[in-house]
Amino acid sequence: MSKGSPISPSLMATKSAGAHKASERVERPADAGLDTAAVSPVLGPNNVVPPTVMTGSQAIVRSLEELGVDDIFGLPGGAILPTYDPLMASRMNHILVRHEQGAGHAAQGYAMVTGRVGVCIATSGPGATNLVTAIMDAHMDSVPMVAITGQVASGVIGTDAFQEADIVGITMPITKHSFLVTDPNDIPHVMAEAFHLASTGRPGPVLVDVAKDAQQGQMTFSWPPKIDLPGYHPVLRGHNKQVREAARLIAAASKPVLYVGGGVVKAHASAELLELAELSGAPVVTTLMARGVFPDSHPQHVGMPGMHGTVSAVTALQQSDLLITLGARFDDRVTGVLKTFAPNAKVIHADIDPAEISKNRTADVPIVGSVKEIIPELSEALRAVFAVSGTPDYTNWWTFLNNLKETYPLGWTEPDDGLSAPQRVIERIGALTGPEGVYVAGVGQHQMWASQFIKYERPHAWLNSGGAGTMGYAVPAAMGAKVGNPDRVVWAIDGDGCFQMTNQELATCAINKIPIKVAIINNSSLGMVRQWQTLFYEGRYSNTDLNTGHDTVRIPDFVKLADAYGCASFRCDRDEDIDATIQKALEINDRPVVIDFVVSPNSMVWPMVPSGVSNDQIQVARNMTPEWEEED
Amino acid sequence: MTRHTLSVLVEDKPGVLTRVASLFARRAFNINSLAVGPTEVPGMSRMTVVVDADGELIEQITKQLNKLVNVIKIVELTAESSVQRDHILVKVRADAGTRLQVTQAADLFRASVVDVSTESVVIEATGHPEKLTALLSVLEPFGIREIVQSGTLAVGRGSRSMSDRALRSA
Repeated sequence: MSKGSPISPSLMATKSAGAHKASERVERPADAGLDTAAVSPVLGPNNVVPPTVMTGSQAIVRSLEELGVDDIFGLPGGAILPTYDPLMASRMNHILVRHEQGAGHAAQGYAMVTGRVGVCIATSGPGATNLVTAIMDAHMDSVPMVAITGQVASGVIGTDAFQEADIVGITMPITKHSFLVTDPNDIPHVMAEAFHLASTGRPGPVLVDVAKDAQQGQMTFSWPPKIDLPGYHPVLRGHNKQVREAARLIAAASKPVLYVGGGVVKAHASAELLELAELSGAPVVTTLMARGVFPDSHPQHVGMPGMHGTVSAVTALQQSDLLITLGARFDDRVTGVLKTFAPNAKVIHADIDPAEISKNRTADVPIVGSVKEIIPELSEALRAVFAVSGTPDYTNWWTFLNNLKETYPLGWTEPDDGLSAPQRVIERIGALTGPEGVYVAGVGQHQMWASQFIKYERPHAWLNSGGAGTMGYAVPAAMGAKVGNPDRVVWAIDGDGCFQMTNQELATCAINKIPIKVAIINNSSLGMVRQWQTLFYEGRYSNTDLNTGHDTVRIPDFVKLADAYGCASFRCDRDEDIDATIQKALEINDRPVVIDFVVSPNSMVWPMVPSGVSNDQIQVARNMTPEWEEED
Repeated sequence: MTRHTLSVLVEDKPGVLTRVASLFARRAFNINSLAVGPTEVPGMSRMTVVVDADGELIEQITKQLNKLVNVIKIVELTAESSVQRDHILVKVRADAGTRLQVTQAADLFRASVVDVSTESVVIEATGHPEKLTALLSVLEPFGIREIVQSGTLAVGRGSRSMSDRALRSA
């Protein structure tokens, strides 16, 4: 298989350092990929700091500053106390959360909208274990994040000391890498290595666990430190021969599909993708993690694939003869039963993580590297092939797909209980806020509807917990996103179940003037589980009724709860009030807003590919499978 | 399932053995044996991992191992191009009546007796896993009291050095 040609990982560091303005189209010189000039792998401006004696905790804070960190989310405790003292004097903005999980998700949200490394801090033991869910979430969705935890003093490690937990051991399978620091002199290079690892290659969470005595001890600080990672060489440039072979396959295909995943968002390669898509003329599907990286309004966009994807996107993949896979990983929620997935398709698979290639689906043309490098190279190769063999004619393919798009558009049926359709609420939020907003969802029905009924036109506008499926992601991640993008409207579109898991961060938002907007899509139940109970468990609603909605005891009363947290709060339970309520929320910018949208518990997410069957069995509504007319 | 021998050059950092072992557990890969020790390069250890896996799985195992930051290089050693050895210590029942037979059997396998008591002997042997299996089957009738066995150690034949090449490219 292709090994690509390794070049300096530092190239990636310079790119992510400039990645704050993610929406800007960055013009790259044709030979930018060849520029391996000695750029430091140490993030930040690489200021030279002559040797200075300080404590380990001062070194942690100073390292973060030198790495260019502006915002940190955390909560102090015994073992991290020494570090919180110099943090008070730092120029960095530390946001005190109410639960460490909130700090973790906030760091994720911050990283997702800015492309910068998100930072969270917690103390040892339970502080550190409270970060575990967020670390795992960041690992599944490849979010660049550094988690710093205090550890008990090195002399008592292993004695079951107060608030001792082996957090390095606990997080080993869910971090990209982790460090335990017991010597304060290691702090600068470990911090620089952690940021380098988190932000380059396939991004991911890195844990730095620092023993209390290493924070308190004296050390000599100098900057920049030397990064020593002999086993870490992410490959960025795709193998030329493979890229040419991919171009040849595209030119020869009659039913190609660009299967685009979250890796294209992480690589900031939406402009490159647009160029490739328009050059090739092939349809584009954007996975749950890639929504917005290709504009929904573009005529070549055929939708989101997967369990709740559009008929056109799911069918495009199923009937394709060539999948041009870019930064996607053949997740089971996309493929359905793997051996029935896209049975006639050859596969081009470009990914920065070699282990993703041929993990689930064997690739015919594997290309290891960054899609930021590979996509323009592929466009160039494609131009050369088209110049010789002519531009391929996909007319029949498009006729087939456009017919599906028209016949099976996304939509919903009005609930029969007189309550609002949750889909309408979400659609109106998107329509009234527009594509410049940031939309953060939790997990469940509301998440799927938010991915379906909001129109995404730009990358970094849609955040959700994709791989992990973490209920409770939305409120803290929206908080982090708002800190990262203070000038954008940030909506947390949450469920009544999800919201109850992490809503304590409303206090953080209110006190720190982080005016997010929270739309609780309140169907009074764990909606997605309830949907499965309706469909697959004869409507036996075992433990899914939350009693928060219409005609219930309303515990908690979300309006009162939000009011107690110092937020503006509204309840909206009639269709005719939806627009006005959203408008009111959009006008409030001095505090968080929480809207309790009371909706029907009977609405279901469609289309749906039931678990355990082929994607060909997609249902557009209950027991309704499209009629497949064999094309040509 | 095919047996594969992977030689893995790793940084000698705390937790590196755990990282490798937990990766195998987490991804449901089967380890047949694992041996680890220092190398000629300070700060570098080398693991010999014997795994049972089919063609595509061994590629996935190698890729996942390569993702570990402390892993520097992985080479698959084939039976033909490498020397592979296990080390075994066997405590065998042997009294005055059977001792001579037991030691003669050990001699046949170029194994040596490293401890003798009135009731038993301890035999030490080194060799290809198949040879050691044969030795054990010969000793078995006398009564085996204890077996302690190392994981397989393997090194490529010829003058080339794995760590040499790995460190040059790094």
